[in-house]
Amino acid sequence: MNFEFSEEQLMLREQARGFLAQQCPPAKVRAVLDGDQGHDADLWARVGEMGWTATAIPEAYGGLGLGYYELAIIAEELGRAVAPIPFSSSVYLATEALMAFGNETQKARWLPVLASGECIATFAHAEGPGQTTASSLATTLSDNTLSGSKKPVVDGECAHIAVVTCQSSSETIQLCLVELDQDSVSRQPLQTLDFSRGHAAIDFTNAAAQKLGDGAVSWRDFEALLDRAAVLMAWEQLGLADKALEQACDYAKQRYAFGRPIGSFQAIKHKLAGMYVKNAIARSNAYYGAWALASGSESLPLAAATARVASIQASLHAAQENIQTHGGMGFTWEFDCQFYYRRAKLLSLALGSERHWQDRLVTALEQQTATAA
Amino acid sequence: MDFNDTPEEAAFRTEAARWLADNQLTAQDTEGLSRLAIAKLWQKRKYDGGWACIGWDEQYGGRGATPIQRVIWGQEEEKYNVPSRFFVIGQGMIAPTIMAWSSPECCDRFLPKLASGEEIWCQLFSEPASGSDLAALRTKAEPEGDEWVINGQKIWTSGAHYSDYGMIVTRTDPTVAKHKGLTAFLVDMKAPGVETRPIKQLTGDSDFNEVYFTDVRVPDGFRLGDVGQGWQVALTTLMNERLAIGGGGSGADVPLAMKIAREVTINDQPAIKDSAVRAKIANFHVLEAGLKYNGYRALSALSRGDLPGPENSIGKLVGAPKLQDIASFCMDLLEEHGALWSDDFESLTGMAQRSYMGAPGLRIAGGTDEIMTNIIAERVLGLPQDPRADKGIPFNEVPTGN
Ligand SMILES: Cc1cc2nc3c(=O)[nH]c(=O)nc-3n(C[C@H](O)[C@H](O)[C@H](O)COP(=O)(O)OP(=O)(O)OC[C@H]3O[C@@H](n4cnc5c(N)ncnc54)[C@H](O)[C@@H]3O)c2cc1C
Repeated sequence: MNFEFSEEQLMLREQARGFLAQQCPPAKVRAVLDGDQGHDADLWARVGEMGWTATAIPEAYGGLGLGYYELAIIAEELGRAVAPIPFSSSVYLATEALMAFGNETQKARWLPVLASGECIATFAHAEGPGQTTASSLATTLSDNTLSGSKKPVVDGECAHIAVVTCQSSSETIQLCLVELDQDSVSRQPLQTLDFSRGHAAIDFTNAAAQKLGDGAVSWRDFEALLDRAAVLMAWEQLGLADKALEQACDYAKQRYAFGRPIGSFQAIKHKLAGMYVKNAIARSNAYYGAWALASGSESLPLAAATARVASIQASLHAAQENIQTHGGMGFTWEFDCQFYYRRAKLLSLALGSERHWQDRLVTALEQQTATAA
Repeated sequence: MDFNDTPEEAAFRTEAARWLADNQLTAQDTEGLSRLAIAKLWQKRKYDGGWACIGWDEQYGGRGATPIQRVIWGQEEEKYNVPSRFFVIGQGMIAPTIMAWSSPECCDRFLPKLASGEEIWCQLFSEPASGSDLAALRTKAEPEGDEWVINGQKIWTSGAHYSDYGMIVTRTDPTVAKHKGLTAFLVDMKAPGVETRPIKQLTGDSDFNEVYFTDVRVPDGFRLGDVGQGWQVALTTLMNERLAIGGGGSGADVPLAMKIAREVTINDQPAIKDSAVRAKIANFHVLEAGLKYNGYRALSALSRGDLPGPENSIGKLVGAPKLQDIASFCMDLLEEHGALWSDDFESLTGMAQRSYMGAPGLRIAGGTDEIMTNIIAERVLGLPQDPRADKGIPFNEVPTGN
């Protein structure tokens, strides 16, 4: 057994952190937040040049053929930097869906351009308020034509292609691949509470689309795709949580009240230590999640749900208590505390809410107990 | 104890309800008006009808109503969607301070216009280096003849940009311990030398401001309390603040959560049938109901002649984090859709989001969660205070970190 990242992996982390400190300082996040673009196209291009989008794609398809530990490390760093780019949609979800379900032709056509970052892909599942399930899905695919409405689609305003979930049966769904730049696809950009990540509502009216893979996908396999993404998302949330904690600690050391640094008040000490504890629990669960993902372990459903729940809790808590530690300053537009608060909530809603993953977690526990019995 | 109306209370309720029904604002009345203008219109209408600030003496525009009558009025008025936040600071916090600490002339001059909503007030307490530690403020007031000259900077002043007057706490003696060298005044926000600059909030709105004072002259008659008594005067305002903003006000609440839970599904069943959802809503109701009844009990204490005490700190301490949590929960029920920004604050998502974004401010404004917790520990439970680094030291010798 070995519970640590390798030397090379740690070097990658250092490199990634340095790169983002240069290329994605808070001013860049703010520019997207304040502007009317849904992402930072320049940063996306540079991230592509760094090969980050290619991390887990096999070399045969133009990727680097590294693994999920490396991707987890990059995810964490992107979370710390609150990077305003469509990485999670394109890499954790769409690319993974293609690798898991795509046929040879589809992989050969799309993976190389996804690896280089030339192509941005997204994943379109939600169809309005509340959960979207196999039975509630209304989008349909027949004879390679796609009809229906997806809302919201994360990064839907900038993506070139989308993996779309369609109706099939109550236990299966149909996945399809659609190019978004066609007349029968209409996109309406949407804002979320995190203005630094664009979203869209997308209507498909007999749009040309291809089945992803050969037949329908079982709901289970679909959930496995979400599990994989959840581990990576957990790392991204964890990066954010740690950064928010660091910011709070820095401020608590330098801000004075009542003739002493506010960090000397036990209320603040315990607050920050409490954030640390939540982050540490999330980190250890994220490690296990990364291992389950990288090794293809059967425990992935439980590991992913555990990592996801822990990271949702840690990141929301860290982001809100970071504001609280800053007092009035934390509640201004000018301070960066808002980045973490907005992004933490956005990420907690992507891929299913905390309640959803808590439910999944206990289901996984039940299955594990059943297998053991 | 009786949570039902006595016959007299029922009669009062009927009278209040009838007046509200007869005088409510119509769509025609409010068409094209800003929230502020609507608030002023409604306040004036209440004033003319004898229903403004009903707990105040008649000479100031009230009707000498009992605290219970104020509860009843509040319950009835709440049934209408009327904006009131513009008056909370002036009527809820500064008016009681004026009544307690200023001259009869000032009471006559200011209170009726506060009641009628013609004049709006702001609270000029916090400064860049003194928020929680309010008594560390530095804005100077120096006597000159029968006037005072004020210089300095205030920050986070809610509503300064639309206020006519403000209540300011200043330092008049930096050579004594910090609580001892303060003096409070009323100040004309339109006076020469007062400059208000908006601060953009985390929410994107600008409800609070920086206010700069450069040689602003205030007549000695606008002083509240004695010279050097500013701390006691400020405490009157803060005690009333705890009462005024208590429950956390409007925003995401149990009715909103219920509405959303009825509309969305979880595992293809109505979310409201999900036991985890039910448990959450139940917990939120416990807090909301507890706060409401806590507020009523505080008012009964007032009717016995007690001052609002530190136990009222519970209101905001519970209400603000609850607002943050229930807003987050409502967004979760909506799943990814919950993140979609809605400018329509009446919509389900809009209400949840506005509350989620506003709640962090509520946890800080008017005394942070941590300060409220300290107040409960020290002043309610009688626990010993922290050793004080600045105790008994002349203000100009206290460590500041820069
Ligand atoms: C939305 C909003 C509206 C406001 N409106 C007004 C207004 O109209 N008028 C006005 O005068 N002010 C107003 N304020 C200012 C508000 O009163 C102060 O922001 C608040 O008192 C905190 O002060 P600070 O911002 O300086 O934070 P600090 O005092 O620097 O606090 C930073 C952190 O340290 C903690 N801390 C400080 N001292 C202690 C202690 N002894 N023990 C434990 N923890 C401690 C705090 O809890 C906080 O977490 C408003 C603030 C907000 C956010």
